[in-house]
Amino acid sequence: MSKKLKKRLYRIIAAAILFVVGMLIKNENIHAAALIAAYVIVGYDVVLKAAKNIKRGKVFDENFLMMVATFGAFGLGDFDEAAAVMLFYQIGELFQAYAVGQSRKSISDLMDIRPDYANIKRDDGSIETVDPEEVAVDDVIVIKAGERVPLDGVILEGHSSLDTSSLTGESAPRDAAEGDAIMSGCINISGLLTVRVTKEYGESTVSKVLDLVENASSKKSTSENFISKFAKYYTPTVVISAVILSIVPPLLISVFGDTGMSFLQLFPNWFKRSLTFLVISCPCALVISIPLSFFGGIGGAAKRGILVKGSNYLEAMAQVDTIVFDKTGTLTKGVFAVESSHPAEGVTEARLIEAAAFAECYSTHPIALSLRKAYGGDVDQSRVSDVTEIAGKGLSAKVDGRLIYAGNKKLMEQIGVTCPDGAEYGTMVYVAEGDRYLGQILINDVVKEDSAKAIKELKSAGIKRTVMLTGDNKAAGEKVGSALGLDEIHTQLLPGDKVELVEKLLESKDEKSRLAFVGDGINDAPVLARADVGIAMGGLGSDAAIEAADIVIMTDEPSKITTAIRIAKKTLGIAKQNTVFALSVKIGVMILGALDKANMWAAVFADVGVAMIAIINSLRALNTKKM
Amino acid sequence: MKKTFKLEDLDCANCAAAMERGIAALEGVNSATVNFMAMKLILDADDAKFDEILKAAQKVADKYDTTIVR
Repeated sequence: MSKKLKKRLYRIIAAAILFVVGMLIKNENIHAAALIAAYVIVGYDVVLKAAKNIKRGKVFDENFLMMVATFGAFGLGDFDEAAAVMLFYQIGELFQAYAVGQSRKSISDLMDIRPDYANIKRDDGSIETVDPEEVAVDDVIVIKAGERVPLDGVILEGHSSLDTSSLTGESAPRDAAEGDAIMSGCINISGLLTVRVTKEYGESTVSKVLDLVENASSKKSTSENFISKFAKYYTPTVVISAVILSIVPPLLISVFGDTGMSFLQLFPNWFKRSLTFLVISCPCALVISIPLSFFGGIGGAAKRGILVKGSNYLEAMAQVDTIVFDKTGTLTKGVFAVESSHPAEGVTEARLIEAAAFAECYSTHPIALSLRKAYGGDVDQSRVSDVTEIAGKGLSAKVDGRLIYAGNKKLMEQIGVTCPDGAEYGTMVYVAEGDRYLGQILINDVVKEDSAKAIKELKSAGIKRTVMLTGDNKAAGEKVGSALGLDEIHTQLLPGDKVELVEKLLESKDEKSRLAFVGDGINDAPVLARADVGIAMGGLGSDAAIEAADIVIMTDEPSKITTAIRIAKKTLGIAKQNTVFALSVKIGVMILGALDKANMWAAVFADVGVAMIAIINSLRALNTKKM
Repeated sequence: MKKTFKLEDLDCANCAAAMERGIAALEGVNSATVNFMAMKLILDADDAKFDEILKAAQKVADKYDTTIVR
């Protein structure tokens, strides 16, 4: 608790003691004196602020209204009520300030990925600690174990494990070695790293992420816009109603009523009723709790490696019922790997893959890379000679002196080797040794581990329609799509077709629901922009994705989309609960107050009590651990 | 020109909302956003008169005992 808050707390305690003592004393004069003293101690600043604001031409502020309400109570001789209302008002204000401070702190802790310094290595080998902003591109920095990576760069020397949890929400550390790119904001767990800086601080991942999260609330959701418009009219409306309530009914009753009472006799009672209105006239509970819920939701999502660029996108996410996926890089890894191998009779699988891996040992084609990866061991290039490309078909090479052919079916036909037909999807590599058929190897884009689970979970999270778009041929696309359980599969699409298709889907969906498009952000920027919510996967390190999308998922897991939807729904739910709760209590107390059934105590509850409850409720949005 | 400023002593959400409206209504301001939770003002205003506008914005902020830190 800050000094300022502590001072306020002591004042409240002192006033509370005086108040209790005052209430216990029967002697009228001492009773009144104690209550006035309590009032002055706890409420003098409210009165001062009100006076100051009137001078500045700002009426209708909450201090002024509290002053009028409590002075009114004093005027009516309700010393207890005047002191109590001010006391509780201040307790509520203190609590609000404390809660806001706490949530500001918890959110800034969450976003505590800002590096404090960088160790720059000078040409003479000396190391100097500087502000990350002073480091230029191509400078060399040193990152010791336990330190935060201050700028994006490429590792020149050393290897280590990196803790990326503050960026991705992933607890498993990532290995990094010479030549790897590393992202600012990660923590170097073990080794000493020498890194060549590739981006200035302002352009590096950590500043982009911080910028994004901190500025997210400038894009307001419709519920926030509603509240700020509402707040503008709420206070004047309530105050004017209070004035009308204190004058019109007693006037009407005194003229037309049969009570025989004059206006002046009736006025005090109606004036008292109107005071409850003044106490409730601050829309604080609403004004604070709705943005706080969204801020919490966005912060909580960031903690899970999901960056939401604005409250409006979080709101739209809660209404999504159609999700369109791009296949490559989103549901699949976008990396080729050996899916299966089918050796001919009498040939072992190991022999088949070895032959293919060695034949392709000089190639840098993704297919060759995947073969060498499947082989696993070191490919000794000295065992290979006479590599000949056979254009459009494959290649031949001598491996350990034996002639190996590796390529497509046409190659087999050319060399006169008979072989069975392969599958209709993916890339099939046929391998032969001389004129003997060794077998075939199926190479495919690998489906991400959690893709199937993600699609299933989306269904349970209320998504009605899942669609997959791909440029792949029909057989390949449909196999992946149906294995994952998508509702609709559209294949053989050119990038332009994807935009068209998404537009069609946008037209055919319900007006109230939203459509989200999930892509890797690299070549689907136009589609990301066209969808109601554009989600980019694997945003870590991809500027294009961070720029183009509305929501960026830092990791490669499609299952995070469900997490994002759950967080969005929870946040929206909390915002709605707060709105309904605060409004109904306030309106309820106003009606009761007008009917003389609620006193100022109830009004204080409707003001600060409701604000407190709403704040506590909105802090729940921060907790996204189990989503 | 769009600039972000830190705000000091921004204690009440309603004040933040009112301040945002007040600053946004100033002449030459394209858009103003007060972020209550992050205690920040994002001011987008005419380049030529930016300093003047900022002074006027501080006057608005004064009403809420808030300081715009430059």
